[in-house]
Amino acid sequence: MKLMTYLCLMITLVLITIPTQADTTHIAVASNFTGAMKELIHVFEKSSSHKVKASYGSSGKIYAQIKHGAPFQIFFSADQAKPFALYQQGLTAEKPFTYAFGALALWSSHPDVQHNELTRLQANDFNKLSFANPKLAPYGIAAREVLENLNLIQATQKKWVQGENIAQAYQFVGSGNADLGFVALSQVKNKTTYWSVPSKLYSPIRQDAVLLSSGPNMSSGKNDTAANAFLQFVHSEQSQAIIESYGYTAKRKLLEDTGAIQ
Amino acid sequence: MMLSAADLGAIWLTLKLATTVTILLLIIGTPIAWWLARTQSWLKGPIAAIVALPLVLPPTVLGFYLLIAMGPNGFIGELTQSLGLGTLPFTFWGLVFASIIYSMPFVVQPLQNAMEALGERPLEVAATLRAGPIDRFFTIVLPLAKPGFITASILGFAHTIGEFGVILMIGGNIPDETRVVSVQVYDHVESLEYAQAHSLSALLLIFSFVVLLVLYWSQRKTANVGVMK
Repeated sequence: MKLMTYLCLMITLVLITIPTQADTTHIAVASNFTGAMKELIHVFEKSSSHKVKASYGSSGKIYAQIKHGAPFQIFFSADQAKPFALYQQGLTAEKPFTYAFGALALWSSHPDVQHNELTRLQANDFNKLSFANPKLAPYGIAAREVLENLNLIQATQKKWVQGENIAQAYQFVGSGNADLGFVALSQVKNKTTYWSVPSKLYSPIRQDAVLLSSGPNMSSGKNDTAANAFLQFVHSEQSQAIIESYGYTAKRKLLEDTGAIQ
Repeated sequence: MMLSAADLGAIWLTLKLATTVTILLLIIGTPIAWWLARTQSWLKGPIAAIVALPLVLPPTVLGFYLLIAMGPNGFIGELTQSLGLGTLPFTFWGLVFASIIYSMPFVVQPLQNAMEALGERPLEVAATLRAGPIDRFFTIVLPLAKPGFITASILGFAHTIGEFGVILMIGGNIPDETRVVSVQVYDHVESLEYAQAHSLSALLLIFSFVVLLVLYWSQRKTANVGVMK
């Protein structure tokens, strides 16, 4: 009797696990891309039998987890450096590719500052300026570059507050604690007012993704049909349009703009 | 050990924060613990629960509410602004305020336990010798509850050193103002500077172990003397 129960349990378990393993891909996504990724997954799952399970977090944490055997098949990073480092260490199945270009915006939640974001910044007329820590986030590096190009580093330095990521930089402004902040355009796309920073003021914020190879705990990314199907979907016109609607510049658009890519 | 100037700055800031918070908490926590130890009021339960809240709440929840409450539109922010102090987030005193709330149970509870363990007897005896309430508190309660004060100081200090989530939420990562050791370790890890992260983390690990060792050692000593039950 006991043996029968055990067998039944085993069979049920096997039946449950086999299809999910074949059809579900686990991906790790940089938090700034959360909104766009949720929609991408939603649209993808409508047209596909495959499922995508996404974990959102900071790229640095995800990188460390992947290095230590986290069972992710695709890594959508907020920068280029981390996917490239994984690639160099032989932990990926393919070369990384750029899935989105981030854009920067100067934003305020304070009614007095709104519509005058740039003038206030240049006049040094604000209490605090929030942006992501340049050491940790590519959006932070871009914000610093903008300040450099506007010759405002010296003047504003004392008023800097830095979030550990772009979400926190946003929070400091959103809660009213900082008058101004450099945030991702994707975060303020639906707000009525912000200064969309001209892209010539900072180097492109390239967000790279990479298909990961098999580690001790993962099924190989390369042989994973769900992972490959999802990657193919990300490259599609439809996905690129979704990505753009969230305030990123997609690869397709950039191709048209510059006439070349690589 | 490879500690940069920024690391040393973070260590100094952390020690300054923990010392300030511990001293202030002993001043604020003692009357609260004394009241909790003695009162028969129905308010005892609610107040004890509020003091213990940070034990249960995730630091992110506490930090999130503090960021809002201490902001220009929050009730604490409006109070500090009307007092001409500006707003507290992104300042050292903002961290002190948040840490006092966050470490409160670690100071109040050991004090309360020590004071409850005294019982009525020593105080009644002192009263028959015409000692007033204030006299009794300083000559009977404080000396007899000394082990409680030692435990409370060590725990309050150590817990503030280990604080991370709340500071991350309200600090803004400003060097020598709000960038404490735990945030500095986080920055190192996130920017893949694992060697520097190791140095600072090892230091924190050793520090925490020594602190707890001292704590248990001092408790055993007092237990042997038989002051605390």
